[in-house]
Amino acid sequence: MEFELSFIWAIIITFAVLCYVILDGFDLGIGILFPSAKSEQDKSVMMNTIAPVWDGNETWLVMAGGGLFAVFPLAYAVIMPALYMPIILMLLALIFRGVAFEYRWRTVRWKPVWDFSFFAGSVIAAFTQGISLGALVQGIEVANRAYAGGWWDWLTPFSLFTGCAVVIGYGLLGSTWLIMKTEGELQRRMRGYAKGLAIATLGFIGIVSILTPFQDPAYFQRWFSLPGSIFSVLVPVLVGLCTWLLFMGLKQYKEAQPFFASLGLFVLSFIGILISFYPNIVPPSLTITEAAAPDSSLKFALMGTVVLVPLILIYTAYAYWVFRGKVRPEDGYH
Amino acid sequence: MFESFTAETLARIQFAFTVSFHIIFPAFSIGLASYLAVLNGLWLKTHDKTYLFLFNYWKKIFAVAFGMGVVSGIVMSYQFGTNWSVFSDKTGPVLGPLMAYEVLSAFFLEAGFLGIALFGRERVGDKLHMFAVSMVAFGTLMSATWILSVNSWMQTPAGYSINELGQFVPEDWWQIVFNPSFPYRLVHMVVAAFLTTALVVGAVGALHLLRRKTDVAARRMFSMAMGMLIIAAPLQIVVGDFHGLNTLEHQPAKVMAMEGHYDSHPEGAPLILFGIPNPEQKRIDYAIQIPKVSSLILKHDLNAPLAGLDTIADEDEPPVAIVFWSFRIMISLGFAMLGLAVWSFWRRMRGKLYDDDWLKRAAIVMGPMGFVAVLAGWVTTEVGRQPFTVYGLLRTSDSLAPIAAPAVAVSLIAFIVVYFFVFGAGTYYILRLMNKLPAASGVDMNDGPIRTAEKQVIETIDITHADHKSDGQGDNHGI
Repeated sequence: MEFELSFIWAIIITFAVLCYVILDGFDLGIGILFPSAKSEQDKSVMMNTIAPVWDGNETWLVMAGGGLFAVFPLAYAVIMPALYMPIILMLLALIFRGVAFEYRWRTVRWKPVWDFSFFAGSVIAAFTQGISLGALVQGIEVANRAYAGGWWDWLTPFSLFTGCAVVIGYGLLGSTWLIMKTEGELQRRMRGYAKGLAIATLGFIGIVSILTPFQDPAYFQRWFSLPGSIFSVLVPVLVGLCTWLLFMGLKQYKEAQPFFASLGLFVLSFIGILISFYPNIVPPSLTITEAAAPDSSLKFALMGTVVLVPLILIYTAYAYWVFRGKVRPEDGYH
Repeated sequence: MFESFTAETLARIQFAFTVSFHIIFPAFSIGLASYLAVLNGLWLKTHDKTYLFLFNYWKKIFAVAFGMGVVSGIVMSYQFGTNWSVFSDKTGPVLGPLMAYEVLSAFFLEAGFLGIALFGRERVGDKLHMFAVSMVAFGTLMSATWILSVNSWMQTPAGYSINELGQFVPEDWWQIVFNPSFPYRLVHMVVAAFLTTALVVGAVGALHLLRRKTDVAARRMFSMAMGMLIIAAPLQIVVGDFHGLNTLEHQPAKVMAMEGHYDSHPEGAPLILFGIPNPEQKRIDYAIQIPKVSSLILKHDLNAPLAGLDTIADEDEPPVAIVFWSFRIMISLGFAMLGLAVWSFWRRMRGKLYDDDWLKRAAIVMGPMGFVAVLAGWVTTEVGRQPFTVYGLLRTSDSLAPIAAPAVAVSLIAFIVVYFFVFGAGTYYILRLMNKLPAASGVDMNDGPIRTAEKQVIETIDITHADHKSDGQGDNHGI
C-alpha cells in the first residue's frame, strides 16, 4: 500500500512538473523571443497571447513545489538547499518577468526597462531551470536526511549545457505558440525562427541523451534493460515522428501542428528523464518510497487532489478556450 | 554588510523580509477581490454605471497588486525548502498537504479565472464574467483559510504525533486544520484585509473628493469604504480581544511580552500603556500604567493573578521589545480606525458625509495604516512565537537548512535590492493609478442620475466600448 500511494503521488508530481514545463515553457519562450519584436505592435500582440493565462501557468510551479513539500518532504528538503543558487535566481527572474505583464502598460518612459526585464527574466528563469535539471541528473549527495554536497556542485559543463538546452527548447515552444496565435508578418517571422530553433533543440536533445548515461552508469542500465529498453526503442521512434510533424507543419504553413509537435518533443524528453530516474526521486540514491511522507499524509492529500486536479484541468482548459483564436493588434486587452 | 551575522539570523531576516513584503499584497487583494465582486454585482443589478466605472477603475489596480502577490508568493513556496529544509522535512507530513490544498483550491482558482475576470467580459457575457469575478474573490478567501491554518498549527500544534525520524506525523486532520488558534486568527486576518482595503478605497475616494466634491464615483467609493469601516473596525477590536484571550491560553509567554509583564502579578496586573522595555534589567522603564486593568482585560477580574516572564526559562523567552512595540502600534492603529469610522458615521447621520474636508484628510492619512497594522500584528504573533517554529516543540535554530552564511547573505541582499526596486515601482504605478480619476468617470452630481432602464442599457454598451478602447490607448500615453 505504501509503495502504491507514493507511486501514485510520484505520478501526480511528475504530471505537475510536466504541466509546468510545457505551459510556462511557451510562456517563457515568448519572453525569450521578445527582442525579436520589430514594433510596439508586435510586442503587445506577443504579450497579449499569454496575458490571460500566464499566472495560471506559473501556478503549476507552486503546485510542484508545494506538492513536493506535502508528499515528498525529504526530497524537497534535499533538493532545495542543493540547488540554492539556481533556485533563488530563478525566483528572482520570475519576479522580473511576471511584473512586466502589468508594469509595461503603466508607463511610457520605463517601458523599455520592463520589456528588458521580461526578456532577461524569462531567459534566466529558463536557464536556471535547465541548470537545475542538469544538476539533478548528475545526482545530489545525501547524508543523514540532508544535502551533503558543496555550494557549487550544481555548476558543471553538463548543467550549463542543459541550461542552454532548456532556453532553446522554450524558445521553440514560444515560436510555435506564436505561429498558432498570430498572423501576418509576425507569424511569418516566427516560422523562420521555429525552423532554426527546432534544429537546435533536436541537436540539444540528441547530445543530452548521449551524455546522460555517462552521468551515472545506473542510467545506462535502466535504458538498456527491460522494461526501460522498450521505451528506449519507442521514444526515439516517437521523437522522429514529432520531428517529422513539426517540420511538415512548418513547411505546409499549418497553424497548430508545429506547436503540438513541439509539445510532443518535450513530453518525450520528459519521459526519457523519468526512465533514467526511476525508482529514484533524487538521483543517485534517494528513492520515491524513502522520500515519501507517512501514508496518512499521502491519503489526506490524495482525497482532494483526485477531485480538484480534474476540476482545475477543466477550468484551465475553459480559460484557454475563451481566449482561443488569433490575437490581433486591435484586441489590446489593456 | 552582513559579515557579523550567523546563517540562522540571516535566514530569519530573509524570511521575515520576503514574507512581510508578500503579506502586503494579499492583505490588499483579499479585500479588493471581494470589493470588485460587490461592485460588479451591483452594476449588473442596478445598471448604475458608476459601479461599472468603479469596477474597471479598481480592476487595473487589482491586476498590478495581484501580479506582485503572485510572484512574491512563489518565492515563499520555495523558501521553506531552500532555507528551512529541516523544518520542511519534519513538518512536511502535516503542513505540506494543507499548503497543497491551498494551491489546488485557491491559487489555481484565482489564476484560472483572473484572465476572464480582467479581460473576458465581452467574450463570455455578463453572467459568466460575474461568476469568474466571484471565483477570484472566493479563491483569495480560500487561500487565506489554508495558509492561516498552516500558520496557526505552527502556533498551536494539535492532532499530531512524532515518529522515530523526528517528523511530525498527522493523527487527526480535523484537529490539525481546526487547531485551537485557527478560527480566531483566520477571522482576525480576513477582517484586517477588509479593513485595509476599505482604508485604501476610502483614502482614494477622499483624495478625489477634496479635488472635486461633486464627483459621483469618488462619493460612491468614499461612502462604501466608510460604511465598511463602521462595521469592520469595531468588529476587529472584538475579534482581536478574543484572539488575545486565545493566545493567553495557548501561548502565555507571547502575551507576557505583548503586555511587557516581566514580573508576575499575583494580585492583579497593571496595563502598561507606554514604556521602554529594558531587556538587560528585565523591566519596563518609564512605564505609564493603569493598575489591575491588564487582569481585567485578560481575566475579566481586577484581582486575578497574572504570571510574568519570570516564570519562563530565559532560553524560551521571545524578544520582548519588538513584540511590545509592534503590539502597541497595532492597537493604536486599530483605535485610530475606529475613530475614523465613528467620525464618518456621525457625519453621515448628519447628512454631511461629503462636506467635512478634515474627515477626508484624516481618511487619506489613514489610507496606508491598514498595511502598517497588518505588518505590526504579524510581527507581534510571529516574533512572539520565538524561539520556536513549531511552538514549544521545534526550535528555530533546529529548523535551519545547512546553508553557509555567505550564501544566505548574498541571496538576502539580492532579495532586498530586487524587492525594493520591483515592488517599489509597482507601488508607484498603483499610486499613480489611484491619483488619476478620469473626469469622464461617472456622471457628475449636476447631471443627475439617469434611471431609465432601456436608456441605461444602450449607454452601458457605449461606456463598455469607450472604456475598453481608452484602456488600450490612454494608459500608454501616461508619463
